[in-house]
Amino acid sequence: MLELTVKGSKKYFGWMALVLGVIGIGFCVYVWQLISGLQITGMSRDVSWGFYIAQLTFLVGVAASAVMLVIPHYLHNYKAFGRITILGEFLAIASVTMCLLFVIVDLGQPMRLFNVILHPTPGSVLFWDMVVLNGYLFLNLIIGWNVLEAERNQVPPPGWVKPLIYLSVPWAVSIHTVTAFLYCGLPGRGYWLTAILAPRFLSSAFAAGPSLLVLLCLLIRKISKFDPGKEQIQSLAKIITYAIILNVFFFFCELFVVFYSQIPEHMDHFKYLFTGLHGHGVLVPWMWASLGLMIFSIIMLVIPSVRKNETTLAIACIAVFAGTWIDKGMGMISGGFVPNPLHHVNEYVPTVPELVITIGVYGIGVLILTALFKMAISIKEEVAA
Amino acid sequence: MESNRRKFLKVAGISALGIAGAKPVLNAFASEQEEEAQHADVEIRKNEKALTARQWAMVIDTRKLQSEEDLKPIIEACHKTHNVPDVMDTENAEYDEDNQRHVIKWIWEEEYKHAFPTKSTEFLDDRLKNLPFLVLCNHCENPPCVRVCPTKATFKREDGIVLMDFHRCIGCRFCMAACPYGSRSFNFRDPREFIKDEDRNPEFPTRMKGVVEKCNFCAERLAVGKQPACVEASNGAIAFGDLYDPESEVRQLLKSNYTIRRKQGLGTGPAIYYIV
Repeated sequence: MLELTVKGSKKYFGWMALVLGVIGIGFCVYVWQLISGLQITGMSRDVSWGFYIAQLTFLVGVAASAVMLVIPHYLHNYKAFGRITILGEFLAIASVTMCLLFVIVDLGQPMRLFNVILHPTPGSVLFWDMVVLNGYLFLNLIIGWNVLEAERNQVPPPGWVKPLIYLSVPWAVSIHTVTAFLYCGLPGRGYWLTAILAPRFLSSAFAAGPSLLVLLCLLIRKISKFDPGKEQIQSLAKIITYAIILNVFFFFCELFVVFYSQIPEHMDHFKYLFTGLHGHGVLVPWMWASLGLMIFSIIMLVIPSVRKNETTLAIACIAVFAGTWIDKGMGMISGGFVPNPLHHVNEYVPTVPELVITIGVYGIGVLILTALFKMAISIKEEVAA
Repeated sequence: MESNRRKFLKVAGISALGIAGAKPVLNAFASEQEEEAQHADVEIRKNEKALTARQWAMVIDTRKLQSEEDLKPIIEACHKTHNVPDVMDTENAEYDEDNQRHVIKWIWEEEYKHAFPTKSTEFLDDRLKNLPFLVLCNHCENPPCVRVCPTKATFKREDGIVLMDFHRCIGCRFCMAACPYGSRSFNFRDPREFIKDEDRNPEFPTRMKGVVEKCNFCAERLAVGKQPACVEASNGAIAFGDLYDPESEVRQLLKSNYTIRRKQGLGTGPAIYYIV
């Protein structure tokens, strides 16, 4: 099936060349980072995780959201999603790959990466994060590949794939839960020290991932002969609606606990993010934008006529995606580090090289996603023809 | 025919991957066995003079450390002994802000409100308000940094010291997120650029970029029967000893003085006690 990824129109190759160029630039800057160390990033002694780890966190969610297609399709026998489940699984593959790359670019000594395997430490959540992320990547590769191949040959997928599909459901939940456990089990970090963190992560994931998928479906319909389907997009829209409402609800649960209990170590991070602390507040406009976008999207999505119109739905999806991205990709990580455990306020702002490397990693994700989607869509077109 | 060839290629490809993938693993097993065989002949003996304990602990008497001047020699002694780079010591002042972000500290001074943020109050007495506090790794009895390390590069030794293997650390900085005392520093850049040859202590390794480091309670000095460098430089303001030895100096001080510890409520069991 891979041969389908090297056949295509000029536009396809032009796009791939462009993405490769972006990756190339990112890679060059990464080599610079390898040589001179993480000093070229904006991270510091106080904010020791930054943009890379934040993107990892966000993308784990996008990856996990494939389960929002797998559950209706395979557990509830919702046939309509059979058309697009593969797209969710391939989106998961691209996202998990980016996650793993973001871990690697964040390491101070990436050549020692395999120490995690040579000296396995089950007590460390990072060890488990590695296990579940890699496991999820392989599950989706195997499932996606076999299901698509069966579709191409117009036969049912091999029987042994079914158990793997069922396994992928809790596994998807596990990847984002474990990622939340990276943060919420740390004693001195009030912003993360909350049992609602994993549920918050999952709800924002199940909003962000399907939103991206809706946008991708609309794009696919425009540029290919394959139509992911009106009903499919509408079903996704309902999932997004529930998930984004839950996400904002969980956030308000957190806000209530923090501000009604009035415990300073928990409040200070929220104050820093939403009002600024001791004159520092680079993230304040972003956080309000994030909350505003999420609430705006809820208002749009709960109105049936707005949700059913694909143009306004697309706008709502962009709002969901942007809102949840700012929340996780910007606020979640540095918000936990500011103020630091000694109550010093040292802010974090990513540097240009850091952003270029980040874009490079996203480029790899886009490259993989394009190739996989190209493959899937070509087969769908082939089967339809 | 077509499908047979496809199948063959698939199997061949997977097998090739399998062989290529398995080789380093097999090698690793082989070298581990060799290592074990070598270890069997080597007996690791402690220096006869080595100091031992169940849990090393420290009592800092802040009554004897009144000013910045009193702390300076202590900090200097530590940082010199352990080749801790002074990244602020450059002629190029325009990089100062950058350097500030990358500073490496094993032991340093903080105001009361930062050392004890949960105990601080607006109406603090003047002495504490202005008193500089020495802070360092607490060598916790229940250290969160050890719990989170994915490679066991940070580990708790049998004498309670939370130690680091600079050669195993992958630089993931999970330990920095886990430490509630901000005791850990990361080498964002090559630290050796900031250590002048004439200042370097050849007895202790320098680090490379990309690894985390922190106070090691002078494990290398205890091993040869010496007290930690900061204790030696403190003129008796810092006491060091076994927390579980009722006869030790630290226990005597804890018995006769009211002491506080940093963020005791988190359950980490910090082993640095402060007499205030």
